[in-house]
Amino acid sequence: MCATCGCSGAAVIRLVTADEPAPADGRRAAGLPRGVRDLREHRTHSRAAHDHGPHDHGPPDHPEDDDLLVAGQRDSDRTVVLQQKVLAKNDSLAQRNREWLRQRGILAVNLMSSPGAGKTTLLERTAAELAGRLSISVIEGDQETALDARRIRSAGCKVVQINTGVGCHLDAEMLADGLQALDPQAGSIVVIENVGNLVCPALFDLGEAARVVLASVTEGADKPVKYPHMFRQADLVLVTKTDLLPYVDFDIRRYAADLRKVSPGAMMLKLSAVTGEGMDSWYDWLRRRTPAPQE
Amino acid sequence: MHELAITESVVEAVTGRLPDAKITCVNLEIGALSGVVADSVRFCFDLVAEGTNLQGARLEISEPAGRCQCRICGAQFDADGPIALCPCGSVEVTIVSGQELKITSVQVA
Repeated sequence: MCATCGCSGAAVIRLVTADEPAPADGRRAAGLPRGVRDLREHRTHSRAAHDHGPHDHGPPDHPEDDDLLVAGQRDSDRTVVLQQKVLAKNDSLAQRNREWLRQRGILAVNLMSSPGAGKTTLLERTAAELAGRLSISVIEGDQETALDARRIRSAGCKVVQINTGVGCHLDAEMLADGLQALDPQAGSIVVIENVGNLVCPALFDLGEAARVVLASVTEGADKPVKYPHMFRQADLVLVTKTDLLPYVDFDIRRYAADLRKVSPGAMMLKLSAVTGEGMDSWYDWLRRRTPAPQE
Repeated sequence: MHELAITESVVEAVTGRLPDAKITCVNLEIGALSGVVADSVRFCFDLVAEGTNLQGARLEISEPAGRCQCRICGAQFDADGPIALCPCGSVEVTIVSGQELKITSVQVA
């Protein structure tokens, strides 16, 4: 149920920051770290069902629905032509996020993979090793818990946790809320760790500057051809857990060939966040893409 | 199951555009390369539409086939999945159709 207006059927967004006092809530006290903030929004149901207006989310704020709709024309046969992209609203919000980030010279990277591919481990090491060299903050997306946010926080990184509840992906509205809570500094890097899922996040533009897809060697070499929608949109593919290569049957040449079929333009790097192999190439990739702040 | 979110976007867009109309039919285009399963949208639609002015509406989905153009030899060819290879062997292809994900029109009572 929506905590804002009490209506039902809504997805619940829970933004969790690691530096706020925990409320007296047994469930959260057990599952979440110190500092939990609920920003519950009724989101997915129709605004027409509500009397209250759009919520003030601060920058980057949300466009009014009217901006998103292609003007329809009504004909005499009671057919209303819309010709509207289904994801027009998300795409418009994503564009707002993108512009908000660009104006502040912030590099936003959308990190996607199946669960357990090593996104959080990669970020833990990245945050620790780049401390003092590059400013990085993280937006964590998971269905439940702030376990990952706690890990990132322990690595010395500013972090916001978004819990999507039943949602299987982050969307542009969630990112706008996440950015508001995170308040990243100009000229920094924001890594968005999407919900672990190689299917759904591919469809939802968040406003990121780059998409990075992880696939660990333990998952097998067939991931690019099994999940082509995800890999087709990748700017960078990270083959992770390469320290385990001696123990698994992973044909890196086949993987690279399949990736090229699906996404000819994607760059591929191999790394291990445990041994550190290949991490410098990842840092170089981040450094090269971090824009200068604009006035 | 992103089709649930997709279906919610459809209902929200129509309700936002025509908040007071009784919608009797929604016409969608879901291309074969869009990454969205039309049958799953059908499954979700009645549930999502319940309690809105789309409740009880018919859902018509057209599914344009995938079509690609090779950037090397220029040939156009059909693509039945998202991994498109030109008959010339090139992987450098541009998708020209099949990625549609659009509300084309609705019918109102």
